[in-house]
Amino acid sequence: MTDTPTDTKYADTHEWARLDDDDNVVVGVSDYAQEQLGDVVYVELPEVDQQVDAGAEAGVVESVKAASDIYAPVSGTVVAINKSLEDTPELVNRDPYGDGWFFAIKPDASDELADLMEAGEYTEFCEASEVGE
Amino acid sequence: MNAKAPRRTPLFDAHIAANAKMTEFAGWAMPIRYGSQIEEHHAVRARAGVFDVSHMTVVDFRGAGTTAFLRHVLANDAARLQVPGQALYSALLNAAGGIIDDVIAYRRDGGYRVVSNAATRDRVIAWYATHAERFDTALVERDDVAMIAVQGPEAVALFAQATGLAQVVELKRFHALDVRDGWMIARTGYTGEDGVEAMLPARDAPGLWRELVFAGIRPAGLGARDTLRLEAGLNLYGQDMDETTTPLESNLAWTVAFEPAERDFIGRAALHAQRASGVGNKLTGVALKDRGVMRQGMKVITNAGDGEVRSGIFSPTLGYSIGLARVPRAATGEVGILVRGRERRGRIVRPPFVANRK
Repeated sequence: MTDTPTDTKYADTHEWARLDDDDNVVVGVSDYAQEQLGDVVYVELPEVDQQVDAGAEAGVVESVKAASDIYAPVSGTVVAINKSLEDTPELVNRDPYGDGWFFAIKPDASDELADLMEAGEYTEFCEASEVGE
Repeated sequence: MNAKAPRRTPLFDAHIAANAKMTEFAGWAMPIRYGSQIEEHHAVRARAGVFDVSHMTVVDFRGAGTTAFLRHVLANDAARLQVPGQALYSALLNAAGGIIDDVIAYRRDGGYRVVSNAATRDRVIAWYATHAERFDTALVERDDVAMIAVQGPEAVALFAQATGLAQVVELKRFHALDVRDGWMIARTGYTGEDGVEAMLPARDAPGLWRELVFAGIRPAGLGARDTLRLEAGLNLYGQDMDETTTPLESNLAWTVAFEPAERDFIGRAALHAQRASGVGNKLTGVALKDRGVMRQGMKVITNAGDGEVRSGIFSPTLGYSIGLARVPRAATGEVGILVRGRERRGRIVRPPFVANRK
């Protein structure tokens, strides 16, 4: 079983998005995603101040198995990136919802988060894709 | 893909119990990893790991004409196996010199055992059957035999300790020993490390696996097996070579015994012709200097023309991406590799990338 915290929203491309105390949206990949990817060996992040669009590519995560695009779950401006992933990409596997975060976005509009899945819905979504494999 | 349910090795239940992530490989349900693939890789380089390789094809040959048969079908010369216990790595070629498979042939009392890949099973067995007709030899597929590889600097000592088979410590590299009922232990492997490959009755396999794991040997999956073999510069059949490529363009010229000249092996004429007209390509190592991971099929731009990555991984030992690429023979030095649409810098290096064997 993979971990799916309920204080977080999820995209169908397996990113999680959580509103922090400054109303920025912190983004990472879900426990389910890191488990599917296997050991992460490189992460490419967007630049700070870069404009990202919801659903558009904002980074790459490369594992022992494959390279996968990371999509911005909401539109806005990148305000922070997790630089420690450059030297310790394994944080994505070890702590996907904590130290393994990717970047934070100052959202253009606050309501885009509402389009994302709740934890329960995301769990069902993952189970459905398992069956389809 | 194979629509049938994948075949299970005798260790299937042990893998499930160990919470392995399973994958279908060549029609078999195999463990790709148990936890972290990179940790499994490091465990083998540092100490010892144990692999289920029961999907491999094991065939026993008997009959007075077996040596002559093997000297005809193998590109390496089975006559080099002068006494029981010796082993030989060889390619199995078609008439055009293309590689049908790579095998290890072991000479034993009264016959030979030949181990080949899982993916090529039907093709190889049919090929043997066709060419065995002219010789006094009979083949038996050993579906009742399981195979467990124990690899790493401490593998042999730990294996001997766990099994009580002290004689394994004295076994020379690339030699094998028939020990107890139906157990054959070979000092061979596919990781670049010292170690053994144990072939034993399927019913004995779960017990041996338990003993080895209890002895502290870490289970490792096909994922780690792939990164270990590539660091060691060992080809993977179907990726680095196949029926469209010859040993001369697959970094395997050393495995072809052209002498004695009178030995008539399948593919000889084609290899002579290829040597005479010039071998266009080579399989060589490529190391990536930039970030990113090379993958199969990526374009390699060299000083002598374009080539292609055949196997690419992130090397856990080296901390960067390495691969085997088929490139023009004259290619040397710096190369470009198209990684996800962007040209990255790399260089041609001679495998092995990691040489841990003492």
